[in-house]
Amino acid sequence: MKKVTLEVNGKSVSKEIPDHTLLSVFLRENLNLTGTHVGCDTSQCGACVVHVDGKSIKSCTTLAADIDGSKVTTIEGLSKDGKLHPMQEAFKKMHGLQCGFCTPGMVMSAIDLLQTKKNPSDSEIREWLEGNICRCTGYQNIVAAVKEAAGKI
Amino acid sequence: MASLVGSRVERKEDKRFLTGKGRYTADINIANQTYAVFVRSPHARAKIKKVDISKALKASGVAGILTGEEIANDKIGGLIAGWAIRSEDGTEMKVPANPPLAKDSVNFVGDPVAVVIADTLDEAKAAADLVDVDYKVLKAVTSTADAMKGEAIHDGIDKNLCYDWLLGDRKAVDEAFAKADKIIKVDLINNRLVPNAMEPRACVVDYNTASEEITLYTTSQNPHLSRLIMSAFGGVAPENKLRVVAPDVGGGFGSKINVYNEEIVCSWASKKIERPIKWVAERTESFLTDTHGRDHVTHAELAVTKDGKFLGFKNETIANLGAYARVFGTVTPTYLFGPCATGVYVIPAAYSNVKAVFTNTAPVDAYRGAGRPEATYTIERLVEKAAMELGMDKTEIRMKNFPSEFPFKQTLVHTVDSGDYVAGLEKAKQMADYAGFAARKKQSEANGKLRGLGVSSYFEACGIAPSAAVMSLGAGVGLWESAEVRFNPTGQISVFTGSHSHGQSHDTTFAQIAADELGVPMENIDVVHGDTDKGTFGMGTYGSRSLTVGGIAIVNACKKIIAKGKRVAAKMLEVNEDEIEFKDGEFVALKSNKKKTIGEIAFACYLPGQRDEMKSPIPEGDEPGLIESAFFDPSNFSFPAGSHICEVEIDPETGNVKVEKYTAVDDFGRIVNPMIVEGQVHGGIAQGIGQALHENTQYDETGQLMTASYMDYTMPRADNFPEFNLGFTCTHATSNPLGVKGCGEAGAIASPPTVMNAVIDALGGQEISMPATAEKVWKACKAMKKSNAKAA
Repeated sequence: MKKVTLEVNGKSVSKEIPDHTLLSVFLRENLNLTGTHVGCDTSQCGACVVHVDGKSIKSCTTLAADIDGSKVTTIEGLSKDGKLHPMQEAFKKMHGLQCGFCTPGMVMSAIDLLQTKKNPSDSEIREWLEGNICRCTGYQNIVAAVKEAAGKI
Repeated sequence: MASLVGSRVERKEDKRFLTGKGRYTADINIANQTYAVFVRSPHARAKIKKVDISKALKASGVAGILTGEEIANDKIGGLIAGWAIRSEDGTEMKVPANPPLAKDSVNFVGDPVAVVIADTLDEAKAAADLVDVDYKVLKAVTSTADAMKGEAIHDGIDKNLCYDWLLGDRKAVDEAFAKADKIIKVDLINNRLVPNAMEPRACVVDYNTASEEITLYTTSQNPHLSRLIMSAFGGVAPENKLRVVAPDVGGGFGSKINVYNEEIVCSWASKKIERPIKWVAERTESFLTDTHGRDHVTHAELAVTKDGKFLGFKNETIANLGAYARVFGTVTPTYLFGPCATGVYVIPAAYSNVKAVFTNTAPVDAYRGAGRPEATYTIERLVEKAAMELGMDKTEIRMKNFPSEFPFKQTLVHTVDSGDYVAGLEKAKQMADYAGFAARKKQSEANGKLRGLGVSSYFEACGIAPSAAVMSLGAGVGLWESAEVRFNPTGQISVFTGSHSHGQSHDTTFAQIAADELGVPMENIDVVHGDTDKGTFGMGTYGSRSLTVGGIAIVNACKKIIAKGKRVAAKMLEVNEDEIEFKDGEFVALKSNKKKTIGEIAFACYLPGQRDEMKSPIPEGDEPGLIESAFFDPSNFSFPAGSHICEVEIDPETGNVKVEKYTAVDDFGRIVNPMIVEGQVHGGIAQGIGQALHENTQYDETGQLMTASYMDYTMPRADNFPEFNLGFTCTHATSNPLGVKGCGEAGAIASPPTVMNAVIDALGGQEISMPATAEKVWKACKAMKKSNAKAA
């Protein structure tokens, strides 16, 4: 067992957890933040992407203990005062989601892209999102949503 | 009031998904819950000699271990084949028993043998490792083409043959072929796919010891049907003691139609151990045990005249059902496949023969399109090859054989109510700049690349399944849909539907429809689905049926509301019923122009009158309340159709195929929400391109699944696609009052042949099988170079 302290969505949390606890499990089971999804267990699908100290990472292959002391942002931490983040707004406006399962990871990943590059081209967006699998949308409206958000962030 | 139907309305469901508040099955936890882990067969075919759970029972945290023997002792029924198919010789199909936990034999890798239930997931996993199963391993049958030659894997099923089915007239086809100038032939493999909904299957079961009711939260496309099957065939609990809830479900694509072993076992086990049980599939478990799709081996022929008229068609297919026949397993390669075999063409003589075989692989069932992609792939490969062999333009040969009028009575089964196939193909040609292809090909060649263009014109029969149509074909049941429209006294409305949304956007589109019918803002309407305790029995969502069947049930229930509202308004306004007009949410007395809003009528229906009011507003013969339900059973399938055009560029040095342009023109009749329909088409096309270029499910000869993770099975990614160019034509369906046709599967039906026709065009007509991977294409490029050198 190990004591892990993190700042999650602006709130400090401290929990005693088994050493092998994955960050995705910690968020979902210990903090009940079930917006972070697990779709593949092999770090391929990207449904579990969250931000650790501002950068996107796959929480299903990160040990919670390894990031002790970090700041974590999940999909639940994006909207402020009931107002959606511009990326969330853009996904809604451009119909960038259908079943919604890959969406949290997709949104978190896309936000990091715009932190890295302000106005990415279509092919840059597609390349960046290569680590996020969506089975519903054919990606077209996701790309459109990221472009839409690029103008707003 | 402006119509909401036809508008790009943003989705009501998006906010919860975008803020992480979606509630999927794996997000549900119940106090005191246990965790289930299944012990699965590592062998594709084996006899079970002994299952020893003694060591595992002593492991930490174990709450129970149950095996095939116990489930058999408790007489819990197995998984079922939903459709009975008769062979050409009149005999009934043969299906094996499929117990929820295997007792005597296992028939595919992943077949569950026992379930271990423990306080934590880690403990359940550790204990599952201690279950010792002694197997006698037998030689597996895995090949679709050779299954009939292998040893029978199920007792009493000779040649592993489920049925040998025929649709059509062999003699008429022989006569047509005798008159042909040319016979075009293809040998095709429709590659096995794993549907891969992004949410892995899961279930959480809560048994209430006081009421003896089981609540099953599960990843299902059809919770009512799940309950029916588990109750009537599984004997898990009577229907009134079994509540099935499919909350937010993360994609289905057919893989969540079936009631699976895990749902039956956990429901039964929860009652036995009197504790809640949670099970969530790992991705590899999903690969091993979700129903797969496609897997056909086909030989087909098209008889043509030298000027390109089609005379006859025949198709001989072997369809792999996998180890067991499941809910839509037997109907997918027959009635969902055969009737669509002749495509969008007038072909006077045709037959389709399908031999369905059992193998030691995961069960095969419906996957987006289910039978219709396989049919379309066959006819569209033949037509494209015919154009090539006759030296005709590939669009001209299609136009020449399109029907000239509608209704279009096809040779095999369907009478297509409406369509305009010429308009669709003309529009696609224009949008794709068909005329400019030669120049683009030249440009590619100058860059050392090969460029090809492929066309595919399709129709499909969806909105499954009109009772009149399918029962005349011999199916035991038709599939109608139900709806209930419930006004609350204060005017908000709940619309209950028996269909289920797992990405299809029912919260939005059904609210649009009901809002238009009732003349109220859609914000006042909640669409409720996915819970057998809420709303009437319904058939669920698959076969592009939600709108064309379920949506119409909503329309009809709304019409009943309006009819009752008119009677109530007439009494309240003291006029005759025929003097009341309903418009924009108001009942208006035509002569006096006095009116009552639908909200006022609803209130009056529940709380009739005030003190000292001497008359009830409820007319004689009517009951209080404002709730109406409807069951809709359409008169025919809906028949979306269209033409897709794809251009690919191949790098002969690497064999890499790049989809350069993709144009789709579809006819979905009246469109309720263009934004959502476009999304459905995008997703379908992407899955079809996945089948054509990337995805393949590979078993080795011992029956081990070689592609059981995202590191081995190629899922299409964002950078595999260009921007799709969509267009629409619109002919209204005549089989339903909205004029709508299904749109969910069309993209996946049309795109595999479109892409493959383009690849084969680029390769100078060399046949190549799906998926056209870089390795296969590179080899074909080398062969092409060799034969070109020889010719020179």
